[in-house]
Amino acid sequence: MTKSSDNRTISSAISRRRFNAALAASGALLAAPATLRRARAAAPLKIGCLAPLTGFFAREGQNCKRGFDVAGPMLADMGMAVEIMMADTESNPDKARTAAEKLIGEGAQLLIGTFVSGETAAVAQVAEQRGIPHVINIAAAPQITEQGYKFVFRNFATGPMLVINGLGLIKSLFAATGTTPKTAVFMHVNDTFGTAMSKGIGALFPKMDMPFEIVETIAYDPKAKDLSVEVTKAKATGADILMPVSHGADAIMLIREMVKQRWEPMGVMTPGSPGTYEAQFYKALGKYSEYVIANVPWIDPKTAMSQEFAKRFGDMFSGEMLELNAGFSFEAVLIAADAHKRAGSADPNALADALRATNIEEHVMIGGPLAFNDKGQNVNIASAALQNLERRPTVVLPAESAEAAPVFPMPGWGDAKRG
Amino acid sequence: MTPTIVATVLIGGILTGCVYALMALGLSVIFGVIRVVNFAHGEMMAVAMYAAVFLFAAFGLDPLHALPLVAAGLFAFGYALQRRLVEPFVRRPEHEQFILLLAVGVILTNGALILFGPEARGIMTDYAFDSYAVGDIIIDKTKTIAAIAAIIAAAGLLGFFRFARTGKAIRACADNLIGAEVIGLDVKRLYTLTFAVGTACVGVAGTLLAMIIEVTPALGPELTLLAFVIVIVGGLGSMPGAIFGGVLIGVSEALAGLLIVPSMKSMLSFALLIVILVLRPEGLLGRRPS
Repeated sequence: MTKSSDNRTISSAISRRRFNAALAASGALLAAPATLRRARAAAPLKIGCLAPLTGFFAREGQNCKRGFDVAGPMLADMGMAVEIMMADTESNPDKARTAAEKLIGEGAQLLIGTFVSGETAAVAQVAEQRGIPHVINIAAAPQITEQGYKFVFRNFATGPMLVINGLGLIKSLFAATGTTPKTAVFMHVNDTFGTAMSKGIGALFPKMDMPFEIVETIAYDPKAKDLSVEVTKAKATGADILMPVSHGADAIMLIREMVKQRWEPMGVMTPGSPGTYEAQFYKALGKYSEYVIANVPWIDPKTAMSQEFAKRFGDMFSGEMLELNAGFSFEAVLIAADAHKRAGSADPNALADALRATNIEEHVMIGGPLAFNDKGQNVNIASAALQNLERRPTVVLPAESAEAAPVFPMPGWGDAKRG
Repeated sequence: MTPTIVATVLIGGILTGCVYALMALGLSVIFGVIRVVNFAHGEMMAVAMYAAVFLFAAFGLDPLHALPLVAAGLFAFGYALQRRLVEPFVRRPEHEQFILLLAVGVILTNGALILFGPEARGIMTDYAFDSYAVGDIIIDKTKTIAAIAAIIAAAGLLGFFRFARTGKAIRACADNLIGAEVIGLDVKRLYTLTFAVGTACVGVAGTLLAMIIEVTPALGPELTLLAFVIVIVGGLGSMPGAIFGGVLIGVSEALAGLLIVPSMKSMLSFALLIVILVLRPEGLLGRRPS
């Protein structure tokens, strides 16, 4: 899993004083009773996992928790014991900060979390102040890894990465299907994530030589209970495709309104946001959920580890859909456990050094090896074009991970192909 | 901006506003009579929405058919709540009433979270995706049905208070409590009935709202806030005010989304609230304090 050079680097960095201390500790351990020795040898890494289990982001937080729940036993079977200490951030940055402090007080040796960028920034501050490593499972705000933090590591795409990957896949999709639309309307939820995506698209779209024009941008309230006005405005533009940036329930409202208002663009494709590939989306929309495309980081269906993860997830959470929040949460625990194994210690500095040297070739999500740059950001994360086919998210691009060919333009709302 | 688009949006706003009006009516009825502000109003509405969703999912019961069941359930819930919990607080300081009902709201929200989880749940009827086309104007079928049902329910409630013997007795309590006690009205029972009728009204509104939007546990507090905005704009304690306020907020939200920026829809509602509080604190149709 890891390159042997990593171990060599760590070994060579051990000073004479630390070596003597380690030797003394080993002697004491050898003198201890056998049961104690076993306990020490198997001492798991105590990981404080933070997620918004209640409040506005509860649905996504619960998905993260499922990833943590699968990680514990699966990594134990892989010889990497961890102890998950779960905490609820209540979808509130202040509560996230308090929960992080509490976890550290209770003995957490490493933090993971949270999903919401605002909360994650608060937890990262706590981790840095307390000198405890923080592995970010999900959070896209770029500034989190631009602060010069030494203990913060992010295994998730930043907003600009999501946009570049997402727009790149839209171009690839047009090339693969031989159909290129001329205009698009961009609709986004008006929260931290949606605004960051909007700014990213505004900045990067002109530089990426995209083959179509964005004719209107429509921002909507994250707590909107009705998107009829927004869809009326979008429909009035006559755009060929809709590019939404949504969260969950709003994605359902969006499609439902499109059907009601009889607006049939060539396609609906998000350049990098959740909402359209989740169980609730299929359940609420049925046949109207089909053919919607989301360009997001996703679980690689073709690696052995992801297949094992999917199997265990299915066994543990029958009826729940495996999606990226669970996948990235699992990977965060994997990264922590791998660092702990290589560091041979739960000392925060040793863990942070090991995290910097992370290089995990085989993992769960699509993309290159898990590794961090000088800022603590994994730049190898890729996105997949995920199309809803037969009521499930199906990887249609990149070709090496594809499970089916993309369908574009999408059939009309009343088309028999929708089943 | 064509007239067709404006008409489509305006009609949508009026239809949604009708359901808002019914929701606010329940809050206004309870305050107008018992003088207790129900801070668990939105949470009760979320309970009604979950009940409608459950009846649809478990028995395939269309929300319109589930209406009487949910209303009866909420009536019983309101009756028991008033009898056992709220009644002792009626003559106690307002802040104690506030904390009590806030606590009820928190329990209902977290109870929903435990029972149903954080996922949004909705009702997909056979007509959930249907709409009427009048020329180029598109009218949402579900909203139309919900609005008509809300109008019928509101008319029934107003008729009850105007013509029914019990309704008149409740109004007597609201108009002159001492006088009502002097002529021998059972005020305690009438208060309980009023609270139950108010929550039944919430039951109907919740069932209708479940046809239009999806319910999550977090929706309850949002609905409480919305109901307060409506009744304060219309006039706290005024039934016509609640109806007028509901439609006004529905329309203003829709037009703000169209004419200004969609993400500023709610902001306009609150701006309207501030203007009303400054210029006419008793609300548009509320009674001026004598």
